[in-house]
Amino acid sequence: MGALTAVAPAAYADARSSAKSQVEFGIKVAQNGLWKEAAYRWEKAVQIDPTYSAAWNNLAIAYEHEGKFEEARKAYEKALELDPKSLLIRQNYDLFKEINDRTKRRNDR
Amino acid sequence: MTARSVATIGSLVLLCGSVACTNFYEIPIETPIQPKMDVSAFSRVLVAGFIGGGTDDVDANLETVRLLRSQLRTKSTLRVIDAEVLPLAEMARDQAKNGVESPSVSPAGDDQAPASPDQSVQIKNEKDLEKYQGIFADAAFWKKIGEEYQNPLIVTGTVLFTPIQTSGFVPRQVEAYDAMGRRSVTQVRVFMERKGFNLQPQFIFIDGRTGSQLYAEKLQEQRLYPAQQNTPALSSYFELMDQLIPSFLNALSTQKIRGTRVLLK
Repeated sequence: MGALTAVAPAAYADARSSAKSQVEFGIKVAQNGLWKEAAYRWEKAVQIDPTYSAAWNNLAIAYEHEGKFEEARKAYEKALELDPKSLLIRQNYDLFKEINDRTKRRNDR
Repeated sequence: MTARSVATIGSLVLLCGSVACTNFYEIPIETPIQPKMDVSAFSRVLVAGFIGGGTDDVDANLETVRLLRSQLRTKSTLRVIDAEVLPLAEMARDQAKNGVESPSVSPAGDDQAPASPDQSVQIKNEKDLEKYQGIFADAAFWKKIGEEYQNPLIVTGTVLFTPIQTSGFVPRQVEAYDAMGRRSVTQVRVFMERKGFNLQPQFIFIDGRTGSQLYAEKLQEQRLYPAQQNTPALSSYFELMDQLIPSFLNALSTQKIRGTRVLLK
């Protein structure tokens, strides 16, 4: 039993560390304008560690940049679900919602 | 430790907590907004003319055609057709007079020059406009124009540019200095006479091959200025159109909204 509890946090730490390297690489390429590659890295990161809120946030931004609004909304909501207190994720989501709502209103007219 | 330093440390702790002491990077993004219409079937666009009204200070038909053509030239992939501007209000009036019969349309440049002032149509408000709306549903009329210009996408509609005047209380910031020379700003409500303009265009997109309407969009924007400020009608028209042009362009081409987001590690 003791061995099991010791293994679980170690596996979690491994997953987070591996996901983190994907997230960091994604940030680097996004800063160079390579958004498709960045999205691929962040998708990988959330597969490796689905509890990593920063990866979901970044993935939402990449989707937004590609005009995939439904995917972006889901990713932002996942990020906020995992880290509801993050002001930065909330701010990104609010900015996204403003554009998305405006577009919807115009299309509904 | 003073109260101020406690507050500073507190806010630092809060800030650190809110970003979880991780690195974050502000990054510019461009959000693409998909066009509302599929215009892939067209390679050319004809901004034919508008039924304009409201004020005589601005020729709403001519100015709108010029502005939309120049915007489409630089911000869309469609080739813009240079043609005489249709005196659409006069044509619509003739059509209304003649009942269902379509007004005659002759090849570009013939009798398409704006009508002389004594023949011009006076449109002051939405009610006046309503009388002439029938022309937009006249598929035969638009098909004929389409054939003339080898079946382009046709842009037309109505533009109502009306002067407005209003008075009432508006919020205003007032500066004040106390005996010690300290400056403070307070918000007060002051009574003001204001005048300005209301711009209400309706953009209608017509398939030049069939004469049928593809899409229509009604927009509205207004500006008010202090009564003593003399703002020329034409400059106010452009100021208002500036606000509405992105929405017009977004009907037929992808528009990008620039912004910034924060990437997290």
